[in-house]
Amino acid sequence: MANKSVWSDNRFWQRTATWVTGFAAVLLIWLTFDTSAMISMGTDEDLTNGVTKRVPGPTVINYKIEYLMNARRGHEIPVIGGQNAEGTSAFQEKEKFFGRDDWSEEEARAMLHLGKLGSQAKNCMDCHTLLGNGAYYAPDLTKAWLDPAWGPEGSLQAMTGKNTKEEAMAEFLQHPSQYPTHERMMPDLGITAEEAIGLVAFLKHMSSIDTNGFPRNFGKMKGAVHGK
Amino acid sequence: MASNTLNESKQLATWYFTFAAILFGAQLLFGLIAAIQFVMPGFLFEVLDFSIVRMLHINALVVWMVFAMFGSVYWLLPDETGIDTVGIKIGKLLYWIFVAAIAVVVLVFLFIQVGPADQTTIWFITEGREYIEAPRWADIGIVVVALGFVGNLFLTGMKGKQTGIVTVLMADMIAFAGLYLAGMFFTDNISVDQYWWWWVIHLWVEATWEVFVGAIAAYGLITMIGAHRKVVEMWLWIEVAMLFGSGILGMGHHYFWIGTPEYWWEIGALFSALEPLPLVAMFVHVLYDWGKTQGAEMNAEHTTEDNMKSVIKNKPAFTWFVLNAFGNFLGAGVWGFFHTLPQVNLYTHGTQFTSAHGHLSFFGAYATILVGMMYIAVQGKNNIKVMHNTKASIWAVSLITGGVMGMTVALTIAGYVQVLVSRAQMGATWAGYFDGQAGLWFSQGMDWRLIMGVVTFIGFLFLAKDLLTTGKNPVHER
Repeated sequence: MANKSVWSDNRFWQRTATWVTGFAAVLLIWLTFDTSAMISMGTDEDLTNGVTKRVPGPTVINYKIEYLMNARRGHEIPVIGGQNAEGTSAFQEKEKFFGRDDWSEEEARAMLHLGKLGSQAKNCMDCHTLLGNGAYYAPDLTKAWLDPAWGPEGSLQAMTGKNTKEEAMAEFLQHPSQYPTHERMMPDLGITAEEAIGLVAFLKHMSSIDTNGFPRNFGKMKGAVHGK
Repeated sequence: MASNTLNESKQLATWYFTFAAILFGAQLLFGLIAAIQFVMPGFLFEVLDFSIVRMLHINALVVWMVFAMFGSVYWLLPDETGIDTVGIKIGKLLYWIFVAAIAVVVLVFLFIQVGPADQTTIWFITEGREYIEAPRWADIGIVVVALGFVGNLFLTGMKGKQTGIVTVLMADMIAFAGLYLAGMFFTDNISVDQYWWWWVIHLWVEATWEVFVGAIAAYGLITMIGAHRKVVEMWLWIEVAMLFGSGILGMGHHYFWIGTPEYWWEIGALFSALEPLPLVAMFVHVLYDWGKTQGAEMNAEHTTEDNMKSVIKNKPAFTWFVLNAFGNFLGAGVWGFFHTLPQVNLYTHGTQFTSAHGHLSFFGAYATILVGMMYIAVQGKNNIKVMHNTKASIWAVSLITGGVMGMTVALTIAGYVQVLVSRAQMGATWAGYFDGQAGLWFSQGMDWRLIMGVVTFIGFLFLAKDLLTTGKNPVHER
């Protein structure tokens, strides 16, 4: 190495590596503080006061949830309790969940807790995707609560013989292999009635999370294949 | 590599490599079962369901790579530091604890599979979070073992000669062990859950593991072709700067859709788009520099037919290292960039496209170089001066590489169908999902993936045979 140039000096590159890494790490930590505040779970008070949170409180299960195009943001957003003049959540319109729309914060939190634990204890993520992450053997569950197939005229609700979306989902979760929806079936995972209610609460809550428009056009298109 | 008996550090390395190779086989077997289930959904239904098989497929992958990484460090430490590894007895004890813990976890995954929705399941059966399903007790065990390993590395590095390679490994491995802690808590908030979950997954495979590979590639270039340490280590530092500089904030590409704010779109897009740059740089530049200087000198010395000898001291390992340089660039770099911009990722996120990228990148970036290290260990263990390819070496590398490339292409095509039909056309519902899965090109993609999976597995059988027998083969120069 006859040329003593800084560009071929190991010390220079070692220091560069240290500084670059340190800078990136500090920036990531700083962004983590900012993001953590923005994704902390809301409360019942937020919902009653009309405060929009990216991750609403568990009592969001008492409200009607929709997924509607927002002109300002240019993609769909979760709309809770009906739409206001700006096209965002009005937090007004309630919706019965297992016969009630007045679940207390404690009750709702307990259901969500059970459901989240259940989602892990049954390895949901190793077939399905949640928020788009997981395995690709079964449908994405991010907005499963809003899937028209589980709605009043939906084939999945009809299949279970139940009258509401939540009861139909809970029934399916307890006896999935009795209700084959496809050649590829969901196995029986020993989900109890109580766990099923928790899992449905978890799914309804997940559908209210602001995912920046993922998945796009969810449930908006019918029969596009073969021009049906 | 003069002594007849391996020192204890290298002996421990061979234990790690052996268990890694066994788990590699297990990974491929579970992958084959999962591939069969895509084609014939009734296969082992409610006996060994896709969720369990797929979990074992990926966990076996992660664990065999960690084992081979630990093995690589124990192998190169005495060469780099010039001393015996400190605390090797504890290292050996931790090895057996690690192996035993994995056996228990696998048996529980296979035979208990799922549990009730309470904390006992999280602690003793499964944590149910993709890639890091290991129950909490095993998490704690993994941290203890990892800290023991980092302890061995640090004590040896501080006592012996601290080369650039050892310095990089020390910094990298402490981050590697520490990051695992980010995945060890439970929360009801799935956005917070996935935020920290990526700290383990992303900062392992797109930051600390990549830097680890850089260090191993540096060691390989020095041992196999006698490249100048100064040149190699300079490139290693440049690579560290580029990898951490892009990879740490490249994490943003996992934060597009999990409830996190929009600014991650720009951060994730920019930094993850830079991630491919370093992946091929060091290897190509070192070879280029080496060719101009040392290679030219050696060429001048060997002018007669007699002296026309290759300067590569381990042909099969070198082949795998070359595959690493390009496989890393292609699998992690090109296939990663395909879907890293949010505008594209909105549709590709969570499809077989991701799976295509996963297959080629883990193979290209990690499997290749770790198999290369196994060959270096076989060479060292058997006192071989120049190790040549056997027929089995060539069959192994050809079938495995061809098989993985084939799977990647098949999954990419299946992914396109899924993106276009399930996502763009049908809006991602349950019905839309199955419309995509029913597509002819999707199902053909799944058939080809299975066929190419079988090819890969046959390649693995050749690899296993070669690693076990080539050491005694008379073709090598001793």
